[in-house]
Amino acid sequence: MFELALAIRADLERQGIRVVLSRQPAENPSFDERAALANALRGAVFISLHVASTGRPRTAQAFYFRESPIAGPPNSGPALSNPPMEAQLTPEALLRWDQAFAAAARDSHTLARLLQAQLRDAFPGSPAVPEGAPVRQLRSIAAPAAAIELASVAVADRSILQNMAPALAAAIARAVLAAPLTASEAR
Amino acid sequence: MSRQVQITLVILVLGVVAGAVYLRGLHSQFLRLASPAETDAQAHRAVTQHPVASPSDVKARARIFWASSDKPGTLEPVEVELPLSASPAQRARQILDTLLNPPHPALRTLPADTALLSFYLLADGTAVADFSDAVARSTPSGITSERLVVESVLRTLQANVPAALRLKILIHGQEPETLAGHLDLTGFFLLRVTDANTAPAAAGLTPPREPAKLSP
Repeated sequence: MFELALAIRADLERQGIRVVLSRQPAENPSFDERAALANALRGAVFISLHVASTGRPRTAQAFYFRESPIAGPPNSGPALSNPPMEAQLTPEALLRWDQAFAAAARDSHTLARLLQAQLRDAFPGSPAVPEGAPVRQLRSIAAPAAAIELASVAVADRSILQNMAPALAAAIARAVLAAPLTASEAR
Repeated sequence: MSRQVQITLVILVLGVVAGAVYLRGLHSQFLRLASPAETDAQAHRAVTQHPVASPSDVKARARIFWASSDKPGTLEPVEVELPLSASPAQRARQILDTLLNPPHPALRTLPADTALLSFYLLADGTAVADFSDAVARSTPSGITSERLVVESVLRTLQANVPAALRLKILIHGQEPETLAGHLDLTGFFLLRVTDANTAPAAAGLTPPREPAKLSP
């Protein structure tokens, strides 16, 4: 996975996007340590990369944070008309750490939607819409944040991941550059 | 043919028959040893999970959200007839035990050796389900697979236990940070929106798909 992240970073940096990795090969930071790093960066977009051993091979699914996996029809998008708590926040309000995702809930959903559209182009057969799920890593991120899961990848076979890296990097770059992110001032 | 040859032949035939019986026994033993996972799972379940039944149970229809056989990675409600308790907590246990024991392995959403260790339903509608650590150990790590596990539990309780308003999932009595590395288990999952627990995140609750019928 780290090699995949490095390959994606190189591609993104060639397109002028600054990339900060939240872990190094010898490190195993906690969810909150990664969140603290991301929250300290002004105007950042947080993307969490995952591989799964299940699912349709060579497809990818984007996720945004949603507290309950059943807050909406099965396998559909979120209740877009009511992003959680965002409306209750004021600029001077203190954010609860476990509710930090709410600061950018709308932008996170937009980012996930744009990512999923690009992933579907890059990896045919991928779903059309992003999924909402209580992904622990995304809970404490106070910036636009999404997770990408690559399906049916055996960890032992690194060549599959490496082969997916250029298309994945291009998809991420296009989505990040296209996102009208209200919570971030720069990328 | 001399008498000695006849006796030798009889002994040989008896030996062959005895050998065949012995080999058959060996074969059966080999087959039993060849599927230790299911045997272990059954043994574990027999120790940790006792059938929840009482004489006052009445047969009723329940909707169980097992894995869809048509669309991998999704759930499908199946209607089954079960003896169910009038007590919401007992009923929830019976429903979750049924979810853990689908009629076909392909319908399984939780790992085969998972057991429901305990279930509580508090007066304020808070349900607490404590699963054995197999649910964390044997669920394939990944957002999609972990989400399917939790969603099947939530939707099954939501459809059958109206008294349960929110659910806390524990694993072996502990509150883990995640199910198997991805899905957040630190909070409560809303099952039903009421005045008491209204939260914007749950405002999108909609009825799930129409259930399929489970043929006997």
